[in-house]
Amino acid sequence: MSATAPAAGERTGPERAAHCRYVLRLADTSLVLGQRLAEWIGHAPALEEDLGLANLSLDLIGQARLLLTYAGELEGAGRDEDALAFLRDAPEFMNLTLAEQPNGDFAHTIVRQWLIDTWQLEIYATLEHSSDVRLGAIAAKAIRETRYHQRFSSGWLVRLGDGTPESHERTQRALDELWRFTPELFTPDEIDEHMSAVGIAPALPQLAPRWSARVGEDLRAATLTPPATPPYPWHGKRGVHSEHLGHLLAEMQHLQRTYPGARW
Amino acid sequence: MAAERQVWELLAAVADPEIPVLSIVDLGIVREVREEAGGRLRVSITPTYSGCPATDVIRTLVRRALDAGGFADAALEEVLSPPWSSAWLSAAGREKLRAFGIAPPEEPVTGLRQLTAAPPVSCPRCASRETIRVSEFGSTPCKAHYRCDACGEPFDYFKCL
Repeated sequence: MSATAPAAGERTGPERAAHCRYVLRLADTSLVLGQRLAEWIGHAPALEEDLGLANLSLDLIGQARLLLTYAGELEGAGRDEDALAFLRDAPEFMNLTLAEQPNGDFAHTIVRQWLIDTWQLEIYATLEHSSDVRLGAIAAKAIRETRYHQRFSSGWLVRLGDGTPESHERTQRALDELWRFTPELFTPDEIDEHMSAVGIAPALPQLAPRWSARVGEDLRAATLTPPATPPYPWHGKRGVHSEHLGHLLAEMQHLQRTYPGARW
Repeated sequence: MAAERQVWELLAAVADPEIPVLSIVDLGIVREVREEAGGRLRVSITPTYSGCPATDVIRTLVRRALDAGGFADAALEEVLSPPWSSAWLSAAGREKLRAFGIAPPEEPVTGLRQLTAAPPVSCPRCASRETIRVSEFGSTPCKAHYRCDACGEPFDYFKCL
């Protein structure tokens, strides 16, 4: 990889650490969501959906690999993608809390996927023009895949929401349960604000209306009712997680933790 | 210049591991072969999808072809930008795909509101346009699954990206 962030050498230690943490947030959200989707393999309602979810998982893990490799370089402590994925504990993971929520039924998985796909579309569209050319290149690659993901998840959202009374009820229930995690998507903390100020990352509050508009349009088509937005933002991206992440990591990291450095 | 041309020829003989009817040059995976100051060759390749499992295999195949072809000192690098596009598929590659039974890419995914409007795709066997998309995602990241209503055959469609 020849591209590097502009003036990387000139930046101070704390600034580099913030940059690393920002990239880790993106990486971990993709990795954790990709791992969740992989749990569906062999269990999806139909073969086509099994393949679809596996493909989404593969794309997300591919994006996570690119981002983790970059985060490891920014960190400068010699950790590669595998060390970051398999040898960190839950409080060191910076993913959105929404991404780690369990699969539930198919409707639950689709609602979670659609909320994050729609978020990633907005994030990557801005990051494509980031002053960090390396991050911009990863975003430009990822957004092409994310468009397919969002088409898949919004398509299912409409089919399920505007489907049978049973599918409608289950999808509405999933929405009611997952909606409380959405304030975290666009609530900036000091790292988001700093990365935005230096031109690396988008200003989250500016993206929120675009996301809301797209989400609202899909919900109307799906005949679903958006719940009231709760005031409490979760803090997965600051390493404070729901109880579910630990269980996910226990499975994902089992082999590398039991046989450190195992290769095949 | 002669060395660069020789490397392009070498790589044109490297088959894609998932769609072996295509070479990695047909697919647009090989982005650049250039001679640097000092005479060392540098080969740039790009992944199709960021999660494509064939990427590691392709890197190994390219390295092996370079070594076997007398270019063991050539550098091999991976580039992400500009991102790979199905538009880079060569005309010869599109024909090879069709002959192999995979419909070549037709239209890019531009809008997001194409929920029910999957791109119309011609059947690679009977050329009918009466085809329907069975699944957006197929056996590999780069393909969707279709069925022809005229001849009844299922087929893969190489997606636009």
